[in-house]
Amino acid sequence: MNVERHQAVVVGGGPAGLAAAIQLREKGIDDVVILEREHRTGGILRQCIHDGFGLTRFGETLSGPEYAQRFVDRAEELGIPCLTDTTVLTLEADRTLTASGPAGLRKIQGDAVILTMGCRERTRGALAIPGSRPAGIYTAGVAQEYINLRNLMVGREVVILGSGDIGLIMARRMTLEGAHVKGVYEVQPYPSGLPRNIEQCLNDYNIPLHLSHTVTDIHGRERLEGVTISQVDEHFRPIPGTEERVDCDTLILSVGLIPAGDIANGSGLAVDGRTKGAFVDEHYQTNLPGVFSAGNVLHVHDLVDFVSLEAEALAAAAAEYLKQGSLPPCPLEVKAGKNVGHVIPQRISGKRGFTLSLRVRQPMKKVTLTVTQNGREVLRRKFPKALPAEMIQLAVAAEKLETTGDLEVSVE
Amino acid sequence: MQQNYDVVIIGGGVVGSAIARELSRYRLRIAVLEKESDVCTQTSGRNTGMLHAGFLYKTGTLKAICAVEGNQEFDQVAAELDIPFKRTGKLIVGFTDEDRQRLENFKARGEANGVKGLEIIDRKRMDELDPSAGGNFAMWCPASGILDPFLYTIALAENAVHNGVEYHLNCAFTGETRQADGTHLLHTTQGDVSTRWVVNSAGLNSAVVSEQLGIPGYVIKPVKGEYFVLDKLAGQYAKIPVYPAPNPDNTFDTHATPTVDGNVLVGPDSQLARDFQDYESTQAAMDGLIESGSRMFKHMDRSYFIRNFAGIRPKRIDPETGVVQDFVLECRDEVPGVVNLVGIESPGLTSALPLARRAVALIAQREVLTPNPNFDPVRHGIRRFADMSDEERAQAIAENPDYGEIYCRCEKVTRAEILQAIHNPLGVHTVNGVKVRTRATMGRCQGGYCETRITEALHQELGEAFARIDLGPQGSWMFTGSVKGGDQA
Repeated sequence: MNVERHQAVVVGGGPAGLAAAIQLREKGIDDVVILEREHRTGGILRQCIHDGFGLTRFGETLSGPEYAQRFVDRAEELGIPCLTDTTVLTLEADRTLTASGPAGLRKIQGDAVILTMGCRERTRGALAIPGSRPAGIYTAGVAQEYINLRNLMVGREVVILGSGDIGLIMARRMTLEGAHVKGVYEVQPYPSGLPRNIEQCLNDYNIPLHLSHTVTDIHGRERLEGVTISQVDEHFRPIPGTEERVDCDTLILSVGLIPAGDIANGSGLAVDGRTKGAFVDEHYQTNLPGVFSAGNVLHVHDLVDFVSLEAEALAAAAAEYLKQGSLPPCPLEVKAGKNVGHVIPQRISGKRGFTLSLRVRQPMKKVTLTVTQNGREVLRRKFPKALPAEMIQLAVAAEKLETTGDLEVSVE
Repeated sequence: MQQNYDVVIIGGGVVGSAIARELSRYRLRIAVLEKESDVCTQTSGRNTGMLHAGFLYKTGTLKAICAVEGNQEFDQVAAELDIPFKRTGKLIVGFTDEDRQRLENFKARGEANGVKGLEIIDRKRMDELDPSAGGNFAMWCPASGILDPFLYTIALAENAVHNGVEYHLNCAFTGETRQADGTHLLHTTQGDVSTRWVVNSAGLNSAVVSEQLGIPGYVIKPVKGEYFVLDKLAGQYAKIPVYPAPNPDNTFDTHATPTVDGNVLVGPDSQLARDFQDYESTQAAMDGLIESGSRMFKHMDRSYFIRNFAGIRPKRIDPETGVVQDFVLECRDEVPGVVNLVGIESPGLTSALPLARRAVALIAQREVLTPNPNFDPVRHGIRRFADMSDEERAQAIAENPDYGEIYCRCEKVTRAEILQAIHNPLGVHTVNGVKVRTRATMGRCQGGYCETRITEALHQELGEAFARIDLGPQGSWMFTGSVKGGDQA
């Protein structure tokens, strides 16, 4: 089979892929192509019809489709070829992609391959929730697609498990569509979604949020008839005697997102067990030379603005890689220290400044974030509070770094 | 529904469908009554998918004879019916001298039953076969295999339909009236039918149906087994089924079995079911499977969890002693026109065709059956994109562009396969019907990507209102209708 060659091949035409492709062109890379499995680009934003997007990136608040359209329009202006209805099946270590579409099977090799496939939703099966398996159990994103893109209503009496942002958005959306949302149940002692979504999606509609509660049983043979809710202890174990049955015909799961890097299984791409995305260096380059990764396929973000910005930073590095043939090596490790869940990037050169992204493990107040190298503080920043739901991003300046010695990031 | 048949089969599981297929070799008007919306929703679909060899069962029992016969012919059966099957062999591992003695006993029993190739092997041979298997020694049974229990049942049913059998889905048998001429008037939820012969292959309900047909006294104990389904990423660590040495009562502790598609099943455990519909997963059983499963399979990791399910074995027991009994296959002179199968549990999947031939023989002993000259034993399945080479994929897309459109990302199922599944010969029109025929929604995202596409295709292809689309059983609605001002309902 013929192998088509391009300078840069971008896998996924969502917010990360579009931003990366546009930036690559603006940095002087002429031969950029986007592969998109859907009929049109825009990714998950197409179904996010609520507003609140773009405050950071554009300084104004937009709906998801409006936000995406800015990038779609710019990509069109630049004439970036976008192969829609094209699903990438596999990535090989030599940067060859195999893709399928009604037009045929094709093999496409990039001098650089940009992985921007986004994420998928965690399921009931992954959580192993006991009970029966009736109709009426939807992940929040699937319910959102049915309602917003396909005009289909999925239920009347609704329980939502998980206080992730999509679950909160769907609590409001289903209420507006006439459903009765009986409550949102969150296993953690704090909400997983953004504070503004708790306010605007739950409190404004009198939808109760129950922290430290989870679904411990599911009832119904054909259609869902109810769930059992239990309070949990500090180890998330259900407390016997606290079971309460809540009748409902619909259970919406908003219980986490997982990077959808499946096409790279078998390519040798190294995956971080904490983020479930690739290990990357400060250039967003993975362990496979010329393969870059950013956005939700690298680590799940809270806001699309940061996805776009990260993809643009990736593109700047990838453009340099394509022009110079290489990037400075990154031998120094960035370690997640005390109270830090994960960090991006996991490796740096020590010669350049970089953007550090991290999440704390639990909610904390009046915290100090420190980055140390060789026993010396590289950076110290105080925050009034830190939440796992809110990613922390900050710039680390080149002049503070030494060229040997690993970094450690801690929050106390 | 047509009103008069020569044979009506109650229950379209793997046994009922095998009987339908074997009967369609003769000139008979045959119908299958299935109370569910598809043929593999109960015991036939809810199991480990093992082709058993037959060393476990007491010599001379129907279980032993049919398992050995079914095992030995299965390469040809799988080829005729175009279903996924691998003769992987199986390791039954032991640690102690007691285990060794038990394995020796089963080797002797297996050989008496006619199982070929049984060997007691040492650790060195085990390492060659599967280095991740635990144990100090093992019985190696090269005859064992794994198959897709959904597709095997579907293939038997489709081949029966191809040869003239009628399937009535969502059609529950409710009772029988014996007519003056000796024929049966069967009452169903879709009206009455009359027939000269009735076959009871009602599985979990076989004792109830047996009594309704005039043969009381059988007792079925529903024994539930729960499972975890693990991601295909765990499949690389499970090449062949590895079982622990059987317990003194011939039961097995939790084991890990690769599926023919590359997933891993951990289970089943064994517990008394509440009733014949008790398919609920329970926290206690899940905790038990995680603990015992980890001992047999060291990659029992949470990140590999995809789904849980449960199945129920209809064990026929002696009502006095509670001891599990052999399969019943009978035609009693005092209850003419009834072929009765009761308590068909494991190894029922392996034994389905041997049991079916014996059921047909019971009828043939009582009347002359005329061969059906048009009988065709061959059934063609849906060609799977996931199984094709790159060249085959390119060719398939060139011939039918729908083969290029990926509907299920995880399992690489294309629109072409989904459409073929929607237009299946049995007329099953549910999301789960598409699932078991194609594997769409069976991957790690559990339909997160493809379910919306499948419901859309069901709507488009069948002209069915969305509000009438069921996930699986009748009444498992997915949509209330359209959103406010929406134009779809």
